[in-house]
Amino acid sequence: MRYNEKELQALSRQPAELAAELGMRGPKKGSVLKRRLVKLVVNFLFYFRTDEAEPVGALLLERCRISQEEPSGFSICFMEDPERKYHFECCSEEQCQEWMGALRRASYEFMRRSLIFYRNEIQKMTGKDPLEQFGISEEARFQLGGLKA
Amino acid sequence: MPGPGIQAKKPCPCRVGKDDPGPGGAAMKLNERSLAFYATCDTPVDNSGFLYKKGGRHAAYHRRWFVLRGNMLFYFEDRASREPVGVIILEGCTVELVEAAEEFAFAVRFAGARARTYVLAAENQAAMEGWVKALSRASFDYLRLVVRELEQQLAAVRAGDCAPPPRRPPALAPKENGCACAVWSAEPPAPGPGPAPAPGPAPGPAPAPAGAASRSRPGPPPPLPPRRRVSEPNGPLHAASFVRLHQQYGQEVRALRSRWLRSRAQP
Repeated sequence: MRYNEKELQALSRQPAELAAELGMRGPKKGSVLKRRLVKLVVNFLFYFRTDEAEPVGALLLERCRISQEEPSGFSICFMEDPERKYHFECCSEEQCQEWMGALRRASYEFMRRSLIFYRNEIQKMTGKDPLEQFGISEEARFQLGGLKA
Repeated sequence: MPGPGIQAKKPCPCRVGKDDPGPGGAAMKLNERSLAFYATCDTPVDNSGFLYKKGGRHAAYHRRWFVLRGNMLFYFEDRASREPVGVIILEGCTVELVEAAEEFAFAVRFAGARARTYVLAAENQAAMEGWVKALSRASFDYLRLVVRELEQQLAAVRAGDCAPPPRRPPALAPKENGCACAVWSAEPPAPGPGPAPAPGPAPGPAPAPAGAASRSRPGPPPPLPPRRRVSEPNGPLHAASFVRLHQQYGQEVRALRSRWLRSRAQP
């Protein structure tokens, strides 16, 4: 699949929601743990070799599941193939929880559901649609009916 | 053992990557299989339709089936294709109309040296306008701005609403919350609409302020402001200040956003 790699690289240089050096192990059998600088920017998780400016790779965080892996690690797997896991090792339980929380909130789909929730709550409480001020109340992407399980 | 060996860097600006943190290799890896599944999953799309995509600066247009989902613009050979030909990641771009050989053309432009501009053409005016609108609001950053704004608004509305008198029991039946809130709505205060449900499709770990606030709301509805009358439910004073507040937020967000867009445009 073609993608605009230059723009993705530029994105990896943007301010991150979270960034840290973690242990990372790929999904392939026999992968070894490597130290990587891991950086969360919008709904992408970039990973760099610790001394390099360009990312080794990126993971789009949509339709994924974040699970705890004892003792202080977590894994990311994707819905279409849950057996394939990307493993991350944190230096503490605290750091692990921080990352897991941030990653779960990092998907576009999660953000969208939050928006719809807030919109609905504000509308219930005030009788007014808060999206009208932005001129986006009719956008398909923000409609309640657009949500599926 | 480490993953596959060095991958040669291809001259073409489009990349086909692998998704494994192995050594060597110059092409950036991306979880393309997951991307392809995201492209074709059955959740509703944000926009879709045929567009003509210009192959390059001096290349021809190709008709492709485009699917916008979140901040990803996928394009397929045709509507029945199972896998996208490619994807345009829509962060840090602007969408604008362009002068082009094709009618109904517009461009998705990225900042930075040697950045690509994608020229697309719709089949009619309405489709073009729909796409320009949808694409210019597709970024995660934009969505996050709006969510943060709404988060603050909801907190403000709830804070404004909460005037607990000292001796009331802490828990309050949800329908009384509905009654309290009705002070701000067009409807006259009525026995509320029933218990406020948890958000149906729960947004993951529910945003903390939301959950906490709704569970600990004490107190009866505040007394009606003296100027409010049944005949003019949106009492002019309150409606005006409320609308003004919304307009003010809207302006602030727009100003913030254009400042941010401008700063992103600088390499």
